[in-house]
Order: sequence, then structure tokens, then C-alpha cells
Amino acid sequence: MLIKEKSTILSSEITDKAIFLNRRKIIKAAAGLSITSLLPNTATAEKAKKYAQVPSGPYSANLQVTSIEDATNYTNYYEFSTNKKDSTILARPLKTSPWTITIEGEAEKTGEFNLEDILKNNPLEERIYRFRCVEAWSMVVPWIGFPLGAMLQQFKPTAKAKFAEFTTLYNPEVMIGQRGKSLDWPYVEALRIDEAMHPLAFIATGMYDEDLPKQNGAPLRLVVPWKYGFKSIKAIVKIRFSETMPATAWNKMAAGEYGFYANVNPHVPHPRWSQSRERILGASIFTPKRKTELFNGYGEQVASLYTGMDLKKHF
Amino acid sequence: MHLSRTHWVVIKISIFLLSLTPFLLLVNDTLRDQLGANPVETLHFTLGDWALRFLCITLALTPLRKLLQQSWPIRFRRMMGLFAYFYASLHFLVYILLDLSLSWTHFIDEVPQSPYILVGLLTFLLLTPLALSSSKTIQKRLGKHWLQLHKLVYIAGISAITHYLWLVKSDISEPLFYSAVMSILLGTRLILYFKKTT
Repeated sequence: MLIKEKSTILSSEITDKAIFLNRRKIIKAAAGLSITSLLPNTATAEKAKKYAQVPSGPYSANLQVTSIEDATNYTNYYEFSTNKKDSTILARPLKTSPWTITIEGEAEKTGEFNLEDILKNNPLEERIYRFRCVEAWSMVVPWIGFPLGAMLQQFKPTAKAKFAEFTTLYNPEVMIGQRGKSLDWPYVEALRIDEAMHPLAFIATGMYDEDLPKQNGAPLRLVVPWKYGFKSIKAIVKIRFSETMPATAWNKMAAGEYGFYANVNPHVPHPRWSQSRERILGASIFTPKRKTELFNGYGEQVASLYTGMDLKKHF
Repeated sequence: MHLSRTHWVVIKISIFLLSLTPFLLLVNDTLRDQLGANPVETLHFTLGDWALRFLCITLALTPLRKLLQQSWPIRFRRMMGLFAYFYASLHFLVYILLDLSLSWTHFIDEVPQSPYILVGLLTFLLLTPLALSSSKTIQKRLGKHWLQLHKLVYIAGISAITHYLWLVKSDISEPLFYSAVMSILLGTRLILYFKKTT
């Protein structure tokens, strides 16, 4: 079996990759069902994965990783569907190469950039982060990508750049969910510039040592592990540096329910449900929910960003 | 219709088994670990959906009788109502056992914060006396009060829809569909009521 040997993670703390790839298959085989062709078999799992040699970055946590099947078939991607499973199939026609990103606003280097060129300047690393959705579930994903701050610095934001705003592709022909009005399209998210520059903020281009699956936000997405998942915008085509706080998708939809900051906080309930606990994806039905941690457990790193702020008011 | 007693028994057993099928499929999926990444949610939502569907079917039988001018739909009213309660009970049990892990602390911490859960609980409480008083013996004993008591089902129908509408994040098309169905079912009664009184 494949044992990962990356500097800062104890491999014993993490589910062995061959096991998390094959958990369902083992169960299915035991149940006497045919093995699904969607899953790689043990042989391919042991073959070199595309990013198997990518080093582990700082802040990668010792957490039990969610199975790839669960992490890739339970996605909130309203551009395709409000059904978490359907987006897996509906996202398939999306063309993710070539891909360009437009940089706008308060920066010295603006314009259109090819994703390939951005990738050349940003060496890949792996970050194992817990991902907490506002719907009170969480998973642990081994992301492949690079720090957001390092990438943003390459465009030389000016002193006026107080916020970084991100926009998802708008293409209702392929993204059929955009034909309806489940949200005000295109999807927009934003971070305060100090949040964006924080070393935990990450751009993912892959997960589980492979390229990012389309339903998970290919070819590149944001990952902000101390915030609710809706901040971690997918399929980014535009980044704008701005002086004023941008209007963001869910906040526009229901400002009383989805704040701009959206920091994971068990003490601030969503108006319609508690945030004190979370369901761990892939856990058995009898596993109790786990207690949600302030800043999703990343308080040591990020709490100082919010010193003096009333987190109940600025939720 | 001129059907023998045996025919009715066969029809009733078939409808019973058909109504039980969603439950059997869920048990099968649970045992085979086929409920997806969030199995508790799948169980909870599927059971809730079926509770609402059976509630709609139950409420459709009286208007159907009037529409067809035949009495047979009423033969199934108790069974459908009890299936609505069966799925509602399981929906409730999944929440209490698997979501709250039977913890009173979690209940106090989380339920009062969630208005849609309170409305769901209310719906379940409204349906309980109806299920308990569904036998023919009790029906006879209660006489005309039985009908009055069972008017609670109209409030339960409205609160079930409210529960559903309130929990959805943005795409309300499915709860809207059920709202439309429920409006028709309750609307026909309102129309008949006014026709009678005027």
C-alpha cells in the first residue's frame, strides 16, 4: 500500500490513501455488487498520481482525510445544480483549458493572464485542511495548489487595494444552473486584503494528488479554511482589487443570513439553524456530530486579523 | 364498483406494500452504505419527503370522492394517513436519535434557534392525536368530535409546508410545488365550505 511520506504530516494520522480510495468499493464487494468503473482500482491508486511528489506545505493539519468519493460527490455548485450529487455529472462539459484570469482594479499589473503562466510562477504544495460548510457539515481535503497571497503579490496591488474580489465564470450555456435565479449570477466572493494575504488562504488547482475535478471548482478555486465554504469560490475568471467592500453573492441574497466575513463560529447561529456542531462527511450514521471550533480550528493563526471586532455583529 | 371482499383485501395489501417500499429501499441503502456522503441527511430528507407526499395523498382522497362521486377513495384514507404518520415518525426519530444523539443539551442548544425545526415538531405533534384516534372503535366512541379533531390535519398540512419552505436555502421550487398541491387540496375544502354556508 502507498504510504505517504511528506515532511510535516504523520502518515499514521491520516487515512491511508489506498483505503480512502477504496472504502466504498470494499463495502460494495462485500455486498456482492459489481465494482464501479468510476473508482480507480488499487493498482492505479498505487501508480504515480500526478501530484504525488508535491511537497506538503505549512499549516497542513494532521486530520483524517475524507474519502475522495464523498468529497467529489457532495458539492454545492449552484452554477450547475442545487443538488450536491448532480453537479458531478452536469459539470463534465465545462471546458477548463485554456483558461484565462482577468486582473482588474487597484494593482500595477492588470489585464488577462493565462492560467499556465500563473502556475509557472507559483510552485505547488499540498495543504490538508478541514472544510466547514455553512450547512453544518465538514470534510477534510488534501488540496494541491499555492498560497493566494503570493499569487496576488505578483500583480502588485497598490495601497488603495483594501479588498480582493473574485468572480466565477458566467456561461449559462454550460453552467445550466445559471439559467435560473437561485443566485444573482455571476457568483462573486471577496476577502479583506489582509485576509487574502494571510498564509492560510489558498488557491487550489488540485486535490487528492490529481487535478481539481470540475464539480469541485476546476481549474482553480479559493480555499479559505477558517471561513464557511461559500467563501471558497470556484472556477475563478476574474480578480479585482478594490478600495470598497464588494457585494458578494450569498450576502446579496440574504444579508441577515450570510455575512461578508462568514468566519466559522459556533457561537453565532445562522438565523435558521445552529452552528454549534457539524456532520462529518462519510461518517457512519451512528457517529455523533463533532463540535464546531471557532475559526474552524484555525484561531491560533487567524484570530489576530479580527482583534477588536465584534464577531457577533460582523458575522 | 362491485368488488368482492377478497378483491378489496388484495388491493389493500398491494397498496400497503407499495406504500412501504420507500422505507424498504432506505433500509436496503443503509445496509449497503449507499446513502452517499451524508447518510443521516439522506435518511432525514427522504423520510420527510415521503411524510409530506402521504399527507398530500391523504388529503386528496376526500376531494377525489366528491369528484368521482364514488366512495372507494375513503377506504384508503386511514391507511394513507397512517403511512404519513409512519414516515413523519421516522423523520422525527432520525432527527432525535442520529442528529441530536438523544441529547437534551443539544436539543436545548439547537432547537429553539431553528424556527423551521419548531414548526416541524408542531406538525408532528398535530398528527399524533390523529394517528392515535384512527381506529374504528375510537372513531365511533368520539362520534362527531372525531371529525372536529381530524380537522387538525389542515393545520398540519400548512405547517408541514411552512417547515419545508423555511429550511431551503435558495432554490424553493420543490417546496413551492408542494405548496401548490396543498393549496389546491385545502382550497377545494374552503370553496365547498363557503358553498355550504351561503
